[in-house]
Amino acid sequence: MLTILALASVVLLGIVPQQSEAIVIYTGWERHALVGSDIRLSCSFFSWRWTSDDVTFSWSYRADGARDAISIFHYTGGAPYLDNKGPFRDRLEFVGNPGRRDGSILLKNLDYGDNGTFTCDAKNPPDIVGRASSVRLLVFEKVPIQAGVITGSIIGAVLGLLLLIVVIYYLMRFLVARRVFNLSVSKHGKKGKGKEGSQQRQASPLVVDPSKLKAAASEKKKQESRKDKK
Amino acid sequence: MLLILLGVLIFHLIILVLLFVSTIANAWTVGGTKSTDLWYSCLTTNGAYHCSSASNEDWIQAVQALMVLSVLFCLFSLFFFMCQLFTLVKGGRFFFTAVFQILASLFVMCGAIIYTVMSPDREGDAAFGFAYVLAWLSFPLCLVSGLIYIVLRKRE
Repeated sequence: MLTILALASVVLLGIVPQQSEAIVIYTGWERHALVGSDIRLSCSFFSWRWTSDDVTFSWSYRADGARDAISIFHYTGGAPYLDNKGPFRDRLEFVGNPGRRDGSILLKNLDYGDNGTFTCDAKNPPDIVGRASSVRLLVFEKVPIQAGVITGSIIGAVLGLLLLIVVIYYLMRFLVARRVFNLSVSKHGKKGKGKEGSQQRQASPLVVDPSKLKAAASEKKKQESRKDKK
Repeated sequence: MLLILLGVLIFHLIILVLLFVSTIANAWTVGGTKSTDLWYSCLTTNGAYHCSSASNEDWIQAVQALMVLSVLFCLFSLFFFMCQLFTLVKGGRFFFTAVFQILASLFVMCGAIIYTVMSPDREGDAAFGFAYVLAWLSFPLCLVSGLIYIVLRKRE
């Protein structure tokens, strides 16, 4: 037991210093966009150290089918440097906030040739050990329907319709029961004050009536079943 | 009377099981190393399974929805059968149960038809699998069961 505790503490102490030095970078996994639209590729990081003034962000792009990645964006020394020779010249914009650990870029006027993998690498000196994170960009002419949307909507629509029918059925039954009660009351009321009397009687027993109706119905059923059993 | 009731109930349960297996099993189209169903398309290479989710096309999502709805409606009709068994007056017919059962059979029929018509042209040795056969089988069985419920009267 003691040995296990000792081993565990050694392992934890061994891991923690490494974690406190590694930087963790977050980007999306996959992004879908329409041709001609703009898209913002977000990149942020987590570091155990305060954000230094020498923080750097760099984005690189590897087209689908290409072997090498080219660098398209670099932020260092407090200034962003955008691609001015490659496929994204005049189409990139830096929309991040390095002070808030945000190194996002904006791609404008997308085309089919922009399909590929974008990799973000951030460094926060002295915290420089970390793994770059990649986001895949898919450019569509028409955004496809996600899996399960049609399935869910068909099931939801049918079940909703079913629920609606049940509710309407019970509502109709309730209303018909009310009307039956109104008819019988107006028959018993006096001729002269017939309408008034029935209206006055309508207001109060409405609250009491449904339970009475149900009680009467269940009593009838019980009587019938008793008769049948005999 | 008890025997008839038991028989009808067992029939209903068999149909439910058939529908479940047909919706879930990965065998609507099988051929060689590839097997597809409504949810996944799996390839067996070197003894290992390699599955990817089925295409996003509209028709397969419609078939998914219809099969799931048919299973749900069969479950509902079983539930209502149990309810109506105790609350129905003597001589009454199980209309509620029958309606749900017949709707379930219609959904299975629609799903199977859509799959038959729209399933992509298959390679040489690919053929329809047992789950597809079960779906087609459960359609007439479900219909017959619904009709039985219409005809059945509650007796003591």
